[in-house]
Amino acid sequence: MTPKFLQSSRRGFLGGTAAAAALTTLAVPARAQVEVVPLDRYQPDYLTAGEWAFVMAACARIIPSDGDGPGAIEARVPVFIDRQLAGDFGAAADLYMEGPFNPGSDAYLGTQTPLTPARIYRDGIAAVDQWCTDNLGSPLAELEPEDQDTVLRALSSGDLNLGDELREFWALLVQNTKEGYFADPRYGGNHGMQSWIYIGFPGARANYLEWIGRNEAYPLGPVDIAGERA
Amino acid sequence: MARTDPKRDVVIVGLGWTGSILGIELAQEGLDILALERGEDRSTVPDFRYPQVIDELKYGIRFGFMQKPRNSTITLRRTLDEEAQPMRRLGSFLPGDGVGGAGIHWNGQTWRPMENEYRLRSYVEETFGAEIIPEDMTIQDWGVTAEELEPFYDRFEYMAGISGQAGNIKGEILEGGNPFEAPRSRDYPLPPLPQTTDALMFEQAAKAMGYHPFPRPAANASAAYTNEYGMQLGPCNFCGFCERYGCINYSKASPQTCILDALKRYPNFAYRVNSEVLRVDLANDRKTATGVTYWDEEAQEEVTQPADLVILAAYSLHNVHLMLLSGIGEPYNPQTGEGVTGKNYAYQMNGGTTLFFKDVEFNPFAAAGSSGISIDDFAINQIDFAAEGFIGGSYITAGQSNGQPIRGIALPSGVPSWGAEWKKGIGDWYGHSMSIGSHGSNLAYRDCFLDLDPTYKDRHGRPLMRMTFNWKPNDIRMTQFMRSKIEPIAQSMNPDSWKSSYKGDGARYDIRPYQTTHNVGGAIMGTDPNASALNRYLQAWGQHNVFVMGAGAFPQNIQYNPTGAVGALAYWAAEAIRKDYLPNPRPLV
Ligand SMILES: Cc1cc2nc3c(=O)[nH]c(=O)nc-3n(C[C@H](O)[C@H](O)[C@H](O)COP(=O)(O)OP(=O)(O)OC[C@H]3O[C@@H](n4cnc5c(N)ncnc54)[C@H](O)[C@@H]3O)c2cc1C
Ligand code: SF4
Repeated sequence: MTPKFLQSSRRGFLGGTAAAAALTTLAVPARAQVEVVPLDRYQPDYLTAGEWAFVMAACARIIPSDGDGPGAIEARVPVFIDRQLAGDFGAAADLYMEGPFNPGSDAYLGTQTPLTPARIYRDGIAAVDQWCTDNLGSPLAELEPEDQDTVLRALSSGDLNLGDELREFWALLVQNTKEGYFADPRYGGNHGMQSWIYIGFPGARANYLEWIGRNEAYPLGPVDIAGERA
Repeated sequence: MARTDPKRDVVIVGLGWTGSILGIELAQEGLDILALERGEDRSTVPDFRYPQVIDELKYGIRFGFMQKPRNSTITLRRTLDEEAQPMRRLGSFLPGDGVGGAGIHWNGQTWRPMENEYRLRSYVEETFGAEIIPEDMTIQDWGVTAEELEPFYDRFEYMAGISGQAGNIKGEILEGGNPFEAPRSRDYPLPPLPQTTDALMFEQAAKAMGYHPFPRPAANASAAYTNEYGMQLGPCNFCGFCERYGCINYSKASPQTCILDALKRYPNFAYRVNSEVLRVDLANDRKTATGVTYWDEEAQEEVTQPADLVILAAYSLHNVHLMLLSGIGEPYNPQTGEGVTGKNYAYQMNGGTTLFFKDVEFNPFAAAGSSGISIDDFAINQIDFAAEGFIGGSYITAGQSNGQPIRGIALPSGVPSWGAEWKKGIGDWYGHSMSIGSHGSNLAYRDCFLDLDPTYKDRHGRPLMRMTFNWKPNDIRMTQFMRSKIEPIAQSMNPDSWKSSYKGDGARYDIRPYQTTHNVGGAIMGTDPNASALNRYLQAWGQHNVFVMGAGAFPQNIQYNPTGAVGALAYWAAEAIRKDYLPNPRPLV
């Protein structure tokens, strides 16, 4: 419900909707996109071919392609994840990694695994694929979407018993998928700023004083750090 | 390898908010000052430049400006018999690192505590009787009063160009301000910020219920401003990247925008970066400090830096760590209640209700760090503790501060956290929710404290500091009381749906989700050397040439964000040093 006092308080920053529409069309069409490698020909920096297939399949279930808005695949999230794992994030460059490690500690005390995020993916993917092969006959990537969902649900609730050192695998996978969906395109995901367009986030515009206190949809599309518009 | 450098008059440990204030105040005395900062140098240009800093992944999620646990962290246990584990990744709080400290990436919500918060134990005993204080609650008085500190709040607020609306000037209650606040000598230096839709809706609802809404005081400038050091701020443009980011716009008060360029012009002031202080060195009789020892990252060697006066300004937690490592004050012992260093660590008890409105366009990305409308009708000085069964209070606010999507999109109950329904949920609800939050006190307890960890070490081989902390029933009752006040306001606003998140019975501290970087206590100020680590001028009781800044001085946490009080205390201590200590160095009490 729109509160009454807001319904009548639309201030005329642009002199009404027509001007707002005009401003929107002023936006320069996106500059020629840099040529992107199709995902099936992408050469991962960190993931092996099998791991890449797993990440493609898992991301596609975490943020599926059907319905409104881009899926993780359209947003090229797997590329983002591969690059993160190949870099400082994957190597736990910022984390305190001195022992002794007690990975079975109460989860509220924070992660205690001795494994880096890159290693958690490696071992986690191997363990889940092994479970899929043992119980369903093939690795995750080759299962039907419904079966993939069943496996991921079991992973999320800890039912696959991957052990304490891999306890965070699912949380990492979901978090990194959302990161790749929403982060600036410079990191390899959020292709074409599609996720920002979908939810209505203007990206790096960072200048909204005139829009404060107006109950009115912001009319401009997103801009990224490189200066591209969409 | 090791070297000894020539003696300085003053060495300042850490060049964040308090280090910068002490730096410039003491530079004006003509003293030869060296500030040692463990992190990198940082300036608005190039470090906070548009568009590079508008990068949620790098700064908001990977904590580009904050301390790296690999270099500095703590261990945590919730109870005396739990085995503490290291904080391997940042989460609950995000200490700063580098010139400007957390002062570059704070939100700028700048408060003054209530009068009774400075004398909480006396207030409770006088008003309700000592018997309502739980046996394990170790609250104390600060040893200073709101009246004594008023001129120093004024200094800090005028230095930082705070935008706000006074509610009480010298006892006169002013319409539109906080009528419950302690008297102030004059209005804020800048008028309040404009308000976002969520705040306007909350304001209307709160008024309709008879409460007293007012603009949250903000260190985001509402207009151009020049402070006493000649530093200039420009008006905040609601960039939506405030907390966790340096300001692109010279609008957020920080050491960079308010002090450092002026300070760097003093020829008697110098600073070194990548220089982590390892310990304060004490004289043989342990009655004074002789200087500090630090690690020179560039030279890869330990440096002994002699000085006549040592100012610890390394953030509350690191100040306490250095005191424990250096033998400043007797370490606190939770079994006996004796000892002072590390005593009364406290945090912040917050909660909130999220409201969903299909038809309202909140534009959550259009936000400043500290705009918002608050009420203080349930402040710590407005509650009958005996009747309600807890000691404490909260301020309550609505005011969006960012709409960054990775950091989280609020979704109605029942929407899953992944899959097709999640994707539909973010499309339906991004930009259509708001929240009303309570920001509350957290009191001090016998078994909430800081000491040295017996097992884990940092990269210099020093023991990590161990935090023993958990939520307590008194504070949980307080936050549940706030819930009972906020939910009716939320309902009166007729949202399509709403959901609440407040700590409940048996809640235990979880170090993973971000809560606040409001770590207080551990180096508490007071009037009794057996019960506090510092005297009322933030001077170490045992070493008169060591002064310790920061929220470590709070004997328990206030219901507000700390930096208003941290800034006022820094100016208060600076004045005591300038007027009283320098002419005659000695214990001031
Ligand atoms: C995300 C975030 C949001 C916040 N929002 C608010 C808010 O809205 N309102 C509010 O009141 N407060 C807020 N705060 C808290 C506020 O930032 C702090 O209260 C304030 O910066 C404390 O000042 P300080 O001088 O004690 O520490 P800092 O400003 O952090 O400075 C300490 C400096 O010391 C350095 N240092 C540490 N150890 C050593 C060592 N051994 N040797 C050399 N240097 C060292 C650090 O690198 C740092 O630069 C927020 C904090 C964070 C992180
Ligand atoms: S919201 Fe305002 S004060 Fe904060 S960083 Fe943006 S421009 Fe600066």
